[in-house]
Amino acid sequence: MKAIIAEDLCKSYNNGSVKALNGLNLDVEEGTVLGVLGPNGAGKTTTVRVLATLLTPDSGRATVAGIDVLKNPDEVRKIIGLSGQYAAVDETLTGWDNLIMFGRLYHLSAKQAKTRAIELLEQFSLTDSAKRPIRTYSGGMRRRLDLAASLIIKPKVLFLDEPTTGLDPRGRQDMWGVINELVKGGVTLLLTTQYLEEADHLADEIAVIDHGKVIARGTSDSLKKQVGGERLEIVVENQFVSATKEIVAKVSGGAINVDEGLRQISAPVTTGSKALIEAAKLLDEKGIHPLDIGLKRPSLDDVFLSLTGHVAEEKKDEDLASSGKKRGR
Amino acid sequence: MSAVSDALVITKRQLLQLTRVPEVLLFSTIQPIMFVLLFRYVFGGSIDTGQPGGYVQLLMPGIFVQTVAFTLAGTAVGLAADMQKGLIDRFRSLPISRSAVVFGRTLGDGALNIVVLAAMGITGFIVGWRPSSGFFNIVLGFLFLLVFGFAMSWVGVIIGLSVREERVAQNATFIAVFPLTFLSNAFAPTTGMPKPLQYVAEWNPVSTMVAGCRELFGLKNEFGATAGSFPSENPLLMSVIYMVIIMAIFIPLSVRKYNKASK
Repeated sequence: MKAIIAEDLCKSYNNGSVKALNGLNLDVEEGTVLGVLGPNGAGKTTTVRVLATLLTPDSGRATVAGIDVLKNPDEVRKIIGLSGQYAAVDETLTGWDNLIMFGRLYHLSAKQAKTRAIELLEQFSLTDSAKRPIRTYSGGMRRRLDLAASLIIKPKVLFLDEPTTGLDPRGRQDMWGVINELVKGGVTLLLTTQYLEEADHLADEIAVIDHGKVIARGTSDSLKKQVGGERLEIVVENQFVSATKEIVAKVSGGAINVDEGLRQISAPVTTGSKALIEAAKLLDEKGIHPLDIGLKRPSLDDVFLSLTGHVAEEKKDEDLASSGKKRGR
Repeated sequence: MSAVSDALVITKRQLLQLTRVPEVLLFSTIQPIMFVLLFRYVFGGSIDTGQPGGYVQLLMPGIFVQTVAFTLAGTAVGLAADMQKGLIDRFRSLPISRSAVVFGRTLGDGALNIVVLAAMGITGFIVGWRPSSGFFNIVLGFLFLLVFGFAMSWVGVIIGLSVREERVAQNATFIAVFPLTFLSNAFAPTTGMPKPLQYVAEWNPVSTMVAGCRELFGLKNEFGATAGSFPSENPLLMSVIYMVIIMAIFIPLSVRKYNKASK
């Protein structure tokens, strides 16, 4: 069963001059994780806002757990959790106060709210800081509390909008651990990210979006295949470059690329590790000791570049688009 | 009813904030007290009111009304901050009544006025304010002020949700409320103003509120009872009408605005 379906969602701002969503289609199988990957201004947040009942699209339809988002938003709100880009908790209050408040707003009794707060603080390793105001928390702790607040009712479908943006590597690592634990619990998760590595790490499937549309969809592996297979890469000392090139020609059928500066020889291979072992053996027979040898699979950066023609970061027009959006709202 | 209990959770949040950051309450109380003292001693000596008890008797209702009118600012700033931080988004993703957050907020801001008015009233008493209308009327006067503050708070909701930024909300509300409180009979007689301004001042809800409160605190309103215009003849009735109008317009508008609020 599909836990999330979005059909042909459109949303524009500034009288149509900025198209945040431009016929976006998505679906997520129950119990799986979909990573929505795209640069700033691609429409990730708008997608989440529509699915989480915060924003009405200009056209299109969407369901969450089979419930129509536009016709029945209140029912949707009862089964979703949302944790945004900005840690949306009350900073002057303590972690405990926040969880109790949100518990009460989810209509738990005072006692249930307390029990749940204790559980969540424990689960997110925040028990010791429960009685401190959020403003004294680190970025990672804030995010964890924000996530905890979105899990009070054990949602069927969880939306995480850029859950690690702005966190340091350690905080990101912690957050990934927490999210992986959640996923094991069987929640359906839609997660947006600008980090290719993150989507690779957390998601079962990835939807790449750009200019308000899904431009590619698949598992991380299939997307990488779409861009091209593996490449054998060998780095040797200068005097061995041409000999190595001959060896690579024997194991690869494709065009060989030699980077003189890096002293790197690379070529596409179809037999994977077999080609790697073969090449290593041949090098050894010739007495060549490579400085580096390996199979390189295309990164999601490569995927993004080949799909959109531009790299994921540093998109020039994104600031324009997002500032336009703000004015439009 | 869950709409009411949801709103009370939001109100409770605000009261909790006050205990966590007591400075907020401290400063929102100190400011009106400062106003009482400044006006009492700076202008008090030079304005001849022709009434027993002197300027402070006329001043206190004026400052009370000014202070509760500024409830609007607290609401606007608070909501703009919540908006900016994404808290409104989170609230809107919860299965709660669409009126709960704004209702809870206005209720909380309205309730804060109880403390502020009490502190001002005590200060006023110390510096010579003596309401002479008896217990019932005095309580009624304060109730009037609380309801007016609550009504103004709803105007603040619209401002806060529209500007979406704390600092803008601060400035916008100041610009909106400050002239409103001064273009009135709160601190000086309207009779000294140019004719057109005088009319504006007379119909200004702040003036009717001030005149109404003066009446309820046992004082004849001498500041601006010109030529028998309806509001200056019937300040209490007119104040009630204004409050009803403000709430009838701004409550539904606020709930709608909240429902569409978007960062």
